[in-house]
Amino acid sequence: MQSLAALVDLSTPGHYVHWGFVQISVANLVVIAVMLVVFALAVLLPFPHGRSKR
Amino acid sequence: MTARHLSPDDGAARQRAAAAPDGLRPTWTGRLRGRAVAALPPDKLLPDTQPAYVASWVYVFGALTLAALAIVVLSGAVLALKGPAWWHVSSVGLFFNSVHLWSTELFFFFMVVHLWAKFCMAAWRGRRRATWVTGVLAFVISIATAFTGYLSQQNFDSEWISTQAKDGINATGAGAFWNVLNFGQMLMWHIVLLPAVVGLFVGIHVLLVRRRGVVPPFADDRAAPSHEATATDDGASAAGEGQPATTGSKGAWQ
Repeated sequence: MQSLAALVDLSTPGHYVHWGFVQISVANLVVIAVMLVVFALAVLLPFPHGRSKR
Repeated sequence: MTARHLSPDDGAARQRAAAAPDGLRPTWTGRLRGRAVAALPPDKLLPDTQPAYVASWVYVFGALTLAALAIVVLSGAVLALKGPAWWHVSSVGLFFNSVHLWSTELFFFFMVVHLWAKFCMAAWRGRRRATWVTGVLAFVISIATAFTGYLSQQNFDSEWISTQAKDGINATGAGAFWNVLNFGQMLMWHIVLLPAVVGLFVGIHVLLVRRRGVVPPFADDRAAPSHEATATDDGASAAGEGQPATTGSKGAWQ
């Protein structure tokens, strides 16, 4: 568990992106980017076909 | 409870009382059962097949959201059983605390992707406005539920969030009855009131999906542009409650 926790150092201040009046943490930005990637993959990737349709 | 016999020419009442045996006018429970079964017959409530277009990953995120919500509720129930002295100090308690947090993160992750997908599909088409609205309400109330959860952590994070939020909440006037600095009140909102409302709207949302069917792609919808125009007197669509007319027969639909 400690080795897993070492992957992300939570003891330092968070990193933020400033863009005009927009301010967002890098962590939230990464989550939004991952959501966009997952959404694109869900649209593009073929769905495995199980049992045959009637 | 008294059951009255219907006169032979009482056709409308007889239709409403279709579920009643021997021509007896049903009680309110009978009428409720009849309406529920008419709106959601068992094969529609628990279908074992879906339209071909549902075989896409983008249709999976609604079910993933429900699965994450189930984990949220179950892990929250364990936390409620054991209490803060357990989830703050024991390793198992910390584990369930983390499960509760990360299942919430996944719940919102899946729900937002589900929201994007349904927005792109214009999923309110085909008499599905109520389905869309209940989904929006479930989303908004879930945010409030998660917010009260962050206030209930009993650590410096929750202290910071509550003191930062109080001015915003007070500016709306809601602070008069919704005090984010009142831990007991926020905990009760988090574990009783808001989950009940979320569960209610999620339940209605799922039942409406069962009733109206999964929204078809735009191409199929153009093939059946008359969902509302074909609605019958009892409010039911001739094409099968908002399902594409091209799939009106059971064989074609499945």
